Amino acid sequence: MALDKPYMDIPGTTVFDADMCRRGYALNQFCMSLMQAANRQRFKSDERIYLDEWPMSEAQKQAVLARDYNRMIALGGNIYFLAKIFATDGKSFQHAAALMTGMSQADYAEMMLKGGRSPEGQRHTGRGHGQD
Amino acid sequence: MARISAGVATSHVPAIGAALDNGRSGEPYWAPLFKGFEFSKRWEEAERPDVVFLVYNDHATAFSLDLVPTFAIGCAPRFEIADEGWGPRPVPVVEGAPELAAHIAQSVIQDDFDLTIVNRMAVDHGLTVPLSLMFGQPAAWPCKVIPFAVNVVLYPPPSGARCLRLGAAIRKAIDSFDQDLNVQIWGTGGMSHQLQGPRAGLINKPWDTAFLDRLVTDPATLARMPHIEYLREAGSEGIELVMWLIMRGALNERVEEIHRFYHVPASNTAVGHIILKNQP
Repeated sequence: MALDKPYMDIPGTTVFDADMCRRGYALNQFCMSLMQAANRQRFKSDERIYLDEWPMSEAQKQAVLARDYNRMIALGGNIYFLAKIFATDGKSFQHAAALMTGMSQADYAEMMLKGGRSPEGQRHTGRGHGQD
Repeated sequence: MARISAGVATSHVPAIGAALDNGRSGEPYWAPLFKGFEFSKRWEEAERPDVVFLVYNDHATAFSLDLVPTFAIGCAPRFEIADEGWGPRPVPVVEGAPELAAHIAQSVIQDDFDLTIVNRMAVDHGLTVPLSLMFGQPAAWPCKVIPFAVNVVLYPPPSGARCLRLGAAIRKAIDSFDQDLNVQIWGTGGMSHQLQGPRAGLINKPWDTAFLDRLVTDPATLARMPHIEYLREAGSEGIELVMWLIMRGALNERVEEIHRFYHVPASNTAVGHIILKNQP
Protein backbone atom coordinates (compact mmCIF):
# COMPACT_ATOMS: atom_id res chain seq x y z
CA MET A 1 0.00 0.00 0.00
CA ALA A 2 1.32 3.42 -0.91
CA LEU A 3 2.13 5.72 1.99
CA ASP A 4 0.02 8.81 2.49
CA LYS A 5 2.01 11.91 1.56
CA PRO A 6 -0.31 14.84 2.20
CA TYR A 7 2.57 17.27 1.62
CA MET A 8 2.54 16.51 -2.11
CA ASP A 9 -0.13 19.20 -2.59
CA ILE A 10 1.78 22.13 -1.04
CA PRO A 11 2.47 24.65 -3.81
CA GLY A 12 6.08 25.33 -4.76
CA THR A 13 7.41 22.92 -2.16
CA THR A 14 9.28 19.63 -2.39
CA VAL A 15 9.58 17.73 0.85
CA PHE A 16 12.91 15.94 1.12
CA ASP A 17 11.64 12.57 2.27
CA ALA A 18 13.27 9.14 2.33
CA ASP A 19 12.34 8.53 -1.31
CA MET A 20 13.82 11.83 -2.50
CA CYS A 21 16.88 11.08 -0.38
CA ARG A 22 17.37 7.82 -2.26
CA ARG A 23 17.14 9.60 -5.62
CA GLY A 24 19.37 12.48 -4.59
CA TYR A 25 22.06 10.62 -2.69
CA ALA A 26 24.90 11.10 -5.19
CA LEU A 27 23.90 14.69 -5.98
CA ASN A 28 23.85 15.63 -2.29
CA GLN A 29 27.10 13.81 -1.55
CA PHE A 30 28.74 15.71 -4.42
CA CYS A 31 27.56 18.89 -2.68
CA MET A 32 29.08 17.71 0.63
CA SER A 33 32.43 17.29 -1.10
CA LEU A 34 32.46 21.05 -1.74
CA MET A 35 33.00 21.66 1.96
CA GLN A 36 36.69 21.06 1.31
CA ALA A 37 38.65 23.89 -0.24
CA ALA A 38 40.69 21.61 -2.50
CA ASN A 39 37.51 20.10 -3.94
CA ARG A 40 35.96 23.54 -4.48
CA GLN A 41 39.03 24.52 -6.46
CA ARG A 42 38.91 21.41 -8.62
CA PHE A 43 35.18 21.88 -9.23
CA LYS A 44 35.70 25.51 -10.24
CA SER A 45 38.55 24.72 -12.59
CA ASP A 46 36.41 22.28 -14.61
CA GLU A 47 32.89 21.64 -13.36
CA ARG A 48 32.05 18.96 -15.92
CA ILE A 49 35.12 16.85 -15.19
CA TYR A 50 34.48 17.08 -11.46
CA LEU A 51 30.81 16.15 -11.85
CA ASP A 52 31.73 13.14 -13.98
CA GLU A 53 33.52 11.66 -10.97
CA TRP A 54 30.12 11.24 -9.28
CA PRO A 55 27.49 8.58 -10.07
CA MET A 56 24.88 11.27 -10.78
CA SER A 57 22.33 11.22 -13.60
CA GLU A 58 22.99 13.40 -16.64
CA ALA A 59 19.90 15.44 -15.72
CA GLN A 60 21.32 16.11 -12.25
CA LYS A 61 24.66 17.18 -13.72
CA GLN A 62 22.95 19.51 -16.21
CA ALA A 63 20.89 21.07 -13.42
CA VAL A 64 24.08 21.74 -11.42
CA LEU A 65 25.86 23.26 -14.43
CA ALA A 66 22.83 25.50 -15.08
CA ARG A 67 22.52 26.37 -11.33
CA ASP A 68 18.85 25.44 -11.70
CA TYR A 69 18.06 24.89 -8.01
CA ASN A 70 14.39 24.04 -8.52
CA ARG A 71 15.42 21.32 -10.98
CA MET A 72 18.09 20.02 -8.57
CA ILE A 73 15.45 19.81 -5.84
CA ALA A 74 13.07 17.97 -8.19
CA LEU A 75 15.87 15.47 -8.83
CA GLY A 76 16.50 14.77 -5.14
CA GLY A 77 18.64 17.69 -4.03
CA ASN A 78 18.15 19.09 -0.54
CA ILE A 79 18.59 22.80 0.05
CA TYR A 80 21.10 22.45 2.90
CA PHE A 81 23.30 20.34 0.65
CA LEU A 82 22.74 22.54 -2.41
CA ALA A 83 23.86 25.46 -0.23
CA LYS A 84 27.42 24.17 -0.67
CA ILE A 85 27.13 24.94 -4.39
CA PHE A 86 26.02 28.55 -4.00
CA ALA A 87 28.52 29.03 -1.16
CA THR A 88 31.20 27.88 -3.62
CA ASP A 89 29.89 30.52 -6.02
CA GLY A 90 30.14 33.12 -3.25
CA LYS A 91 26.35 33.57 -3.20
CA SER A 92 24.00 33.89 -0.24
CA PHE A 93 20.91 31.96 0.80
CA GLN A 94 18.87 34.99 -0.16
CA HIS A 95 20.36 34.95 -3.66
CA ALA A 96 19.40 31.28 -4.07
CA ALA A 97 15.93 31.80 -2.59
CA ALA A 98 15.25 34.69 -4.98
CA LEU A 99 16.38 32.55 -7.95
CA MET A 100 14.01 29.73 -6.96
CA THR A 101 11.06 32.10 -6.67
CA GLY A 102 11.79 33.75 -10.03
CA MET A 103 12.17 37.16 -8.35
CA SER A 104 15.11 39.52 -8.51
CA GLN A 105 17.17 39.49 -5.33
CA ALA A 106 16.16 43.11 -4.64
CA ASP A 107 12.45 42.32 -4.98
CA TYR A 108 12.81 39.23 -2.84
CA ALA A 109 14.67 41.14 -0.11
CA GLU A 110 11.96 43.80 -0.22
CA MET A 111 9.26 41.15 0.19
CA MET A 112 11.08 39.80 3.26
CA LEU A 113 11.43 43.29 4.77
CA LYS A 114 7.68 43.71 4.36
CA GLY A 115 7.01 40.59 6.41
CA GLY A 116 7.68 37.78 3.94
CA ARG A 117 5.45 35.75 1.64
CA SER A 118 1.94 35.35 3.01
CA PRO A 119 0.66 31.78 3.35
CA GLU A 120 -2.69 32.91 1.90
CA GLY A 121 -3.35 30.97 -1.29
CA GLN A 122 -0.10 29.03 -0.74
CA ARG A 123 -1.40 26.15 1.35
CA HIS A 124 -2.82 23.80 -1.29
CA THR A 125 -2.31 23.37 -5.01
CA GLY A 126 -5.38 23.82 -7.19
CA ARG A 127 -7.11 26.22 -4.82
CA GLY A 128 -7.32 29.99 -4.93
CA HIS A 129 -4.95 32.16 -6.88
CA GLY A 130 -1.21 32.72 -6.56
CA GLN A 131 -0.52 29.09 -7.38
CA ASP A 132 2.94 28.06 -8.50
CA MET B 1 21.78 16.96 42.45
CA ALA B 2 21.67 18.53 38.99
CA ARG B 3 18.54 20.50 38.15
CA ILE B 4 17.02 22.22 35.12
CA SER B 5 16.35 25.83 36.07
CA ALA B 6 15.09 27.25 32.78
CA GLY B 7 14.41 26.70 29.11
CA VAL B 8 15.36 28.94 26.22
CA ALA B 9 14.17 28.82 22.63
CA THR B 10 15.64 30.77 19.75
CA SER B 11 15.99 30.66 15.99
CA HIS B 12 19.49 29.91 14.67
CA VAL B 13 19.75 31.72 11.31
CA PRO B 14 23.32 31.58 9.86
CA ALA B 15 23.18 35.20 8.65
CA ILE B 16 22.87 36.29 12.31
CA GLY B 17 26.25 34.71 13.02
CA ALA B 18 27.75 36.32 9.94
CA ALA B 19 26.40 39.75 10.97
CA LEU B 20 28.00 39.43 14.42
CA ASP B 21 31.29 38.01 13.14
CA ASN B 22 31.63 40.78 10.53
CA GLY B 23 30.85 43.59 12.98
CA ARG B 24 27.54 44.47 11.33
CA SER B 25 25.23 44.00 14.33
CA GLY B 26 24.75 47.79 14.69
CA GLU B 27 23.49 48.25 11.13
CA PRO B 28 19.83 49.29 10.71
CA TYR B 29 18.92 45.90 9.27
CA TRP B 30 20.35 43.96 12.23
CA ALA B 31 20.12 46.31 15.23
CA PRO B 32 16.43 45.60 16.02
CA LEU B 33 17.15 41.88 16.09
CA PHE B 34 20.08 42.08 18.49
CA LYS B 35 18.13 44.48 20.71
CA GLY B 36 15.68 41.64 21.34
CA PHE B 37 18.49 39.64 22.99
CA GLU B 38 19.86 42.38 25.26
CA PHE B 39 17.64 41.26 28.14
CA SER B 40 18.62 37.64 27.50
CA LYS B 41 22.35 38.34 27.75
CA ARG B 42 21.92 40.22 31.05
CA TRP B 43 19.71 37.42 32.34
CA GLU B 44 22.33 34.79 31.47
CA GLU B 45 25.01 36.78 33.32
CA ALA B 46 22.86 36.57 36.45
CA GLU B 47 21.82 32.93 35.99
CA ARG B 48 25.32 31.56 35.29
CA PRO B 49 24.32 28.06 34.14
CA ASP B 50 26.93 25.32 34.55
CA VAL B 51 25.70 23.36 31.54
CA VAL B 52 23.46 24.09 28.56
CA PHE B 53 21.76 21.06 27.01
CA LEU B 54 21.44 22.45 23.50
CA VAL B 55 18.90 20.93 21.13
CA TYR B 56 19.64 21.90 17.53
CA ASN B 57 19.92 20.42 14.08
CA ASP B 58 22.96 19.83 11.93
CA HIS B 59 22.68 21.37 8.45
CA ALA B 60 24.52 18.89 6.23
CA THR B 61 27.71 19.61 8.18
CA ALA B 62 28.60 16.79 10.58
CA PHE B 63 26.09 14.38 9.05
CA SER B 64 26.08 13.75 5.31
CA LEU B 65 23.52 11.37 3.81
CA ASP B 66 25.78 8.44 4.70
CA LEU B 67 24.26 8.41 8.19
CA VAL B 68 21.22 10.33 9.40
CA PRO B 69 20.56 9.78 13.12
CA THR B 70 17.19 11.01 14.40
CA PHE B 71 18.62 11.90 17.83
CA ALA B 72 22.37 12.27 18.46
CA ILE B 73 23.94 13.25 21.78
CA GLY B 74 27.42 14.76 21.91
CA CYS B 75 29.45 13.04 24.64
CA ALA B 76 32.87 14.48 23.79
CA PRO B 77 34.94 16.84 25.99
CA ARG B 78 35.08 19.38 23.17
CA PHE B 79 33.48 20.13 19.83
CA GLU B 80 35.27 21.98 17.06
CA ILE B 81 33.56 24.79 15.16
CA ALA B 82 32.64 23.54 11.68
CA ASP B 83 33.80 25.07 8.41
CA GLU B 84 30.48 25.35 6.60
CA GLY B 85 32.08 26.50 3.36
CA TRP B 86 33.28 30.00 4.25
CA GLY B 87 35.70 29.09 7.09
CA PRO B 88 34.80 28.27 10.72
CA ARG B 89 32.99 31.03 12.65
CA PRO B 90 35.50 32.94 14.82
CA VAL B 91 33.89 31.80 18.06
CA PRO B 92 35.35 29.83 21.00
CA VAL B 93 35.57 26.06 20.82
CA VAL B 94 32.62 24.37 22.55
CA GLU B 95 33.48 22.54 25.78
CA GLY B 96 31.33 19.49 26.44
CA ALA B 97 30.13 17.87 29.65
CA PRO B 98 31.07 14.23 28.98
CA GLU B 99 30.11 12.77 32.38
CA LEU B 100 26.65 14.28 32.38
CA ALA B 101 26.16 13.50 28.68
CA ALA B 102 27.04 9.82 29.21
CA HIS B 103 24.69 9.69 32.19
CA ILE B 104 21.86 11.18 30.13
CA ALA B 105 22.55 8.84 27.20
CA GLN B 106 22.35 5.77 29.40
CA SER B 107 19.21 6.90 31.21
CA VAL B 108 17.33 8.10 28.11
CA ILE B 109 18.11 4.98 26.04
CA GLN B 110 16.79 2.86 28.89
CA ASP B 111 13.65 4.98 28.70
CA ASP B 112 13.14 3.76 25.11
CA PHE B 113 14.61 6.65 23.11
CA ASP B 114 17.25 5.41 20.69
CA LEU B 115 19.99 8.01 20.92
CA THR B 116 23.08 7.90 18.74
CA ILE B 117 26.20 8.55 20.82
CA VAL B 118 28.65 10.94 19.16
CA ASN B 119 32.25 11.15 20.33
CA ARG B 120 33.55 13.39 17.57
CA MET B 121 31.52 16.05 15.83
CA ALA B 122 32.02 19.56 14.50
CA VAL B 123 29.16 21.90 15.39
CA ASP B 124 27.62 24.31 12.90
CA HIS B 125 25.61 27.54 13.08
CA GLY B 126 22.61 25.64 14.45
CA LEU B 127 24.51 25.39 17.74
CA THR B 128 26.86 28.38 17.68
CA VAL B 129 24.39 31.12 16.66
CA PRO B 130 22.19 30.54 19.76
CA LEU B 131 25.34 30.65 21.94
CA SER B 132 26.30 33.99 20.35
CA LEU B 133 22.81 35.41 20.81
CA MET B 134 22.63 34.43 24.49
CA PHE B 135 26.25 35.00 25.56
CA GLY B 136 27.54 37.62 23.10
CA GLN B 137 31.15 37.44 21.96
CA PRO B 138 33.25 36.21 24.92
CA ALA B 139 36.79 34.80 24.66
CA ALA B 140 35.44 31.49 26.01
CA TRP B 141 31.84 30.29 26.40
CA PRO B 142 30.80 30.72 30.05
CA CYS B 143 29.50 27.16 30.47
CA LYS B 144 29.73 23.59 29.25
CA VAL B 145 27.45 22.52 26.39
CA ILE B 146 25.91 19.16 25.54
CA PRO B 147 25.04 19.25 21.82
CA PHE B 148 21.90 17.30 21.00
CA ALA B 149 21.32 17.02 17.25
CA VAL B 150 17.85 16.20 15.92
CA ASN B 151 17.18 15.23 12.32
CA VAL B 152 14.78 17.75 10.81
CA VAL B 153 16.41 17.79 7.36
CA LEU B 154 15.37 14.37 6.06
CA TYR B 155 11.60 13.91 6.36
CA PRO B 156 10.05 12.61 8.52
CA PRO B 157 11.55 14.15 11.63
CA PRO B 158 10.35 12.84 15.00
CA SER B 159 6.79 13.78 15.96
CA GLY B 160 6.04 16.63 18.34
CA ALA B 161 4.58 14.20 20.86
CA ARG B 162 7.74 12.09 20.82
CA CYS B 163 9.88 15.21 21.24
CA LEU B 164 7.85 16.30 24.25
CA ARG B 165 8.21 12.85 25.86
CA LEU B 166 11.92 12.83 25.08
CA GLY B 167 12.24 16.14 26.91
CA ALA B 168 10.68 14.55 29.98
CA ALA B 169 13.13 11.63 29.78
CA ILE B 170 16.07 14.04 29.52
CA ARG B 171 14.80 15.90 32.54
CA LYS B 172 14.49 12.68 34.54
CA ALA B 173 18.09 11.83 33.63
CA ILE B 174 19.41 15.25 34.64
CA ASP B 175 17.46 15.17 37.93
CA SER B 176 19.22 11.92 38.84
CA PHE B 177 22.78 13.14 38.17
CA ASP B 178 24.79 13.26 41.36
CA GLN B 179 26.45 16.66 41.01
CA ASP B 180 25.11 20.04 41.98
CA LEU B 181 24.72 21.62 38.55
CA ASN B 182 22.53 24.41 37.22
CA VAL B 183 21.41 23.14 33.81
CA GLN B 184 19.48 25.00 31.14
CA ILE B 185 17.85 23.34 28.17
CA TRP B 186 17.62 25.20 24.88
CA GLY B 187 15.51 24.42 21.84
CA THR B 188 16.58 26.10 18.62
CA GLY B 189 15.53 26.57 14.98
CA GLY B 190 12.36 28.00 13.44
CA MET B 191 10.22 29.94 13.39
CA SER B 192 8.27 30.05 10.12
CA HIS B 193 10.56 29.93 7.11
CA GLN B 194 10.96 28.19 3.79
CA LEU B 195 14.31 28.18 2.02
CA GLN B 196 13.44 26.17 -1.07
CA GLY B 197 11.33 26.27 -4.21
CA PRO B 198 8.93 28.88 -5.57
CA ARG B 199 7.28 29.23 -2.13
CA ALA B 200 10.56 30.35 -0.49
CA GLY B 201 10.21 33.35 1.80
CA LEU B 202 7.02 32.17 3.48
CA ILE B 203 6.41 33.77 6.89
CA ASN B 204 3.35 33.23 9.09
CA LYS B 205 3.32 35.58 12.05
CA PRO B 206 -0.15 34.68 13.41
CA TRP B 207 0.78 31.00 13.40
CA ASP B 208 4.15 31.67 15.05
CA THR B 209 2.49 33.77 17.74
CA ALA B 210 -0.01 31.03 18.49
CA PHE B 211 2.83 28.49 18.63
CA LEU B 212 4.63 30.60 21.26
CA ASP B 213 1.44 30.98 23.31
CA ARG B 214 0.65 27.28 23.24
CA LEU B 215 4.25 26.31 23.97
CA VAL B 216 3.94 28.15 27.28
CA THR B 217 0.43 27.23 28.35
CA ASP B 218 -0.60 24.04 26.56
CA PRO B 219 2.38 22.06 25.26
CA ALA B 220 0.59 18.71 25.44
CA THR B 221 -1.99 19.80 22.86
CA LEU B 222 0.59 21.62 20.77
CA ALA B 223 2.68 18.44 20.63
CA ARG B 224 -0.15 16.63 18.85
CA MET B 225 0.07 18.96 15.86
CA PRO B 226 0.82 16.82 12.79
CA HIS B 227 3.87 17.50 10.63
CA ILE B 228 1.73 18.54 7.69
CA GLU B 229 0.50 21.59 9.59
CA TYR B 230 4.06 22.78 10.21
CA LEU B 231 4.89 22.32 6.52
CA ARG B 232 1.79 24.09 5.24
CA GLU B 233 1.62 26.90 7.76
CA ALA B 234 5.24 27.53 8.78
CA GLY B 235 7.09 26.50 5.60
CA SER B 236 9.14 23.42 4.83
CA GLU B 237 11.93 24.51 7.20
CA GLY B 238 9.45 25.58 9.91
CA ILE B 239 9.34 21.90 10.87
CA GLU B 240 12.46 22.65 12.95
CA LEU B 241 10.06 23.87 15.63
CA VAL B 242 9.49 20.31 16.86
CA MET B 243 12.85 20.77 18.59
CA TRP B 244 11.35 23.44 20.84
CA LEU B 245 9.06 20.74 22.24
CA ILE B 246 12.05 18.77 23.55
CA MET B 247 12.98 21.86 25.55
CA ARG B 248 9.42 22.32 26.78
CA GLY B 249 9.07 18.66 27.73
CA ALA B 250 12.07 18.98 30.04
CA LEU B 251 10.42 21.78 32.04
CA ASN B 252 7.70 21.69 34.66
CA GLU B 253 4.10 21.95 33.58
CA ARG B 254 4.10 25.39 35.20
CA VAL B 255 6.58 27.85 33.82
CA GLU B 256 6.99 31.59 34.00
CA GLU B 257 7.52 33.35 30.68
CA ILE B 258 10.15 35.92 31.52
CA HIS B 259 11.01 37.12 28.01
CA ARG B 260 9.62 36.91 24.48
CA PHE B 261 10.82 38.42 21.22
CA TYR B 262 9.70 38.10 17.61
CA HIS B 263 11.21 39.71 14.56
CA VAL B 264 10.92 39.48 10.76
CA PRO B 265 13.14 39.11 8.84
CA ALA B 266 16.57 37.69 9.44
CA SER B 267 17.48 36.91 5.84
CA ASN B 268 14.67 34.43 4.94
CA THR B 269 13.40 33.65 8.41
CA ALA B 270 11.09 34.75 11.23
CA VAL B 271 13.12 34.93 14.43
CA GLY B 272 11.39 33.83 17.61
CA HIS B 273 12.83 33.77 21.11
CA ILE B 274 11.38 32.90 24.50
CA ILE B 275 12.75 32.28 28.00
CA LEU B 276 10.81 30.05 30.38
CA LYS B 277 11.67 29.66 34.04
CA ASN B 278 10.60 26.55 35.90
CA GLN B 279 7.89 27.13 38.51
CA PRO B 280 7.19 24.68 41.33
